[in-house]
Amino acid sequence: MMRRVLVFLAVAGLAWALLPLALGSGVPEAPGALATAYLTDAPADFGAANIVTAIVVSYRGFDTLGEVAVLFAATAGVGALLTRKRLGLGDAEPEAKPAATEILVTATGLLTGLLVMFGVYIFLHGHLTPGGGFQGGVVIATALLLGLLARPESHLSHGILAAVESLSGAAYVGMGLLGAFLAWGFLDPRALPLGRIGSLVSAGSIPVIYSLIGLKVGAELSGILDALKGDRE
Amino acid sequence: MLVDVALLVSGIVMIAAGIGAVLARSLLVSILLSGGVSLAASLVFLLMGAPDVAMTEAAIGSGLTTVVYLYALARARQPDEEDSDPLGNSVKGGR
Amino acid sequence: MSLLEFVSRINPVAASGAVLVLVGVWGVLARPNLFKIAIATSVMETGVNLVILSTGYIRGRTAPILDSAVAGTATDAAGAAARMTDPVPQALVLTAIVIGLAVTALQLSYAVRLRAAGGGSSIESYGDEKW
Repeated sequence: MMRRVLVFLAVAGLAWALLPLALGSGVPEAPGALATAYLTDAPADFGAANIVTAIVVSYRGFDTLGEVAVLFAATAGVGALLTRKRLGLGDAEPEAKPAATEILVTATGLLTGLLVMFGVYIFLHGHLTPGGGFQGGVVIATALLLGLLARPESHLSHGILAAVESLSGAAYVGMGLLGAFLAWGFLDPRALPLGRIGSLVSAGSIPVIYSLIGLKVGAELSGILDALKGDRE
Repeated sequence: MLVDVALLVSGIVMIAAGIGAVLARSLLVSILLSGGVSLAASLVFLLMGAPDVAMTEAAIGSGLTTVVYLYALARARQPDEEDSDPLGNSVKGGR
Repeated sequence: MSLLEFVSRINPVAASGAVLVLVGVWGVLARPNLFKIAIATSVMETGVNLVILSTGYIRGRTAPILDSAVAGTATDAAGAAARMTDPVPQALVLTAIVIGLAVTALQLSYAVRLRAAGGGSSIESYGDEKW
């Protein structure tokens, strides 16, 4: 009973704190000075049509580098927690899993290639259309998940995942250093020619960096799925 | 104005799904409802002019997160009913 | 008409996000099951993302992507900028969602680990753990 009262008090207190935000804040009429500067300058500075991408990859590039590092740490944590040894499964036989249905197996064969291609398309066009490395990486992880579901006994190759993940991470930092040496600062996309706005090869190194982020995120999320699926050495 | 009404309606759907996710006795229902919260949230993001965020939320929030929950649930040998194992006795003796 | 007037004065995204945060907090505090706590945390996280994004919601403006629909025939940067919403909260929330999945997965693997070590599924059974 006491606990219910405490929970009620906590929720009510938070509600009282959030009330002005919910009812009194209203909707702003125009973006702030910083956002307006980004909106007007990003196409001219970097040749990026998608301004959110310009902010994620270059204006706030450090944030994204840190975010990818956090993602790596969480993936490493999941992988370390869920090995067979740590779970006390040791030498026990892996459980027999029911085989996948015919429909799933056939659809996986047809769809995996298309899904990977779609993911690559999303992150290659991140500077032109909605989407980018994170969304494309998730689509690639979904394609690999389909493979895991169709063959319950199989595992993603740990070596390939680790290689893709570490190489793309190193190349991401390398592109940042290239910006520091050839342009105005770390992660500056003007290290490569900007090109004409709206074409596929434009916006300097933004599409390259976002593609590397896509590969890294795809490998990390596939690693999380493979670890949670179980029976990993 | 019409967009605001649509935003408010999706917000009400989202809150209803959220309350359902917290209240549901079955963990499976709860997981699916929390995927529904994310789906309604991605609709809100789309309506307010954030297609990048809407794509991410739809793919991650309602896609991969649900799969991660289901894998973890299967892995933990957790009975579907939330409070069917209050004393912590091992369920099938398989560990 | 008064309802429409009320809707036009509040920020609908902030309102629904704030209520979702409250639902999540209530779930975390009131439910003992480990998996239920993880679910309530992700509900709360969606609410926080909505609240952050609500500061960038501007009525009648479109997505911050420069294309022919926004720029019109001439590519005048200032005119196009006046038709786009605030991109900064969008960029912040974009990365927060991806982190959220990784943190949820970490939370769930701790739950799986606790279950595999023979623990119960209720957080009550870990009351006397020493950390």
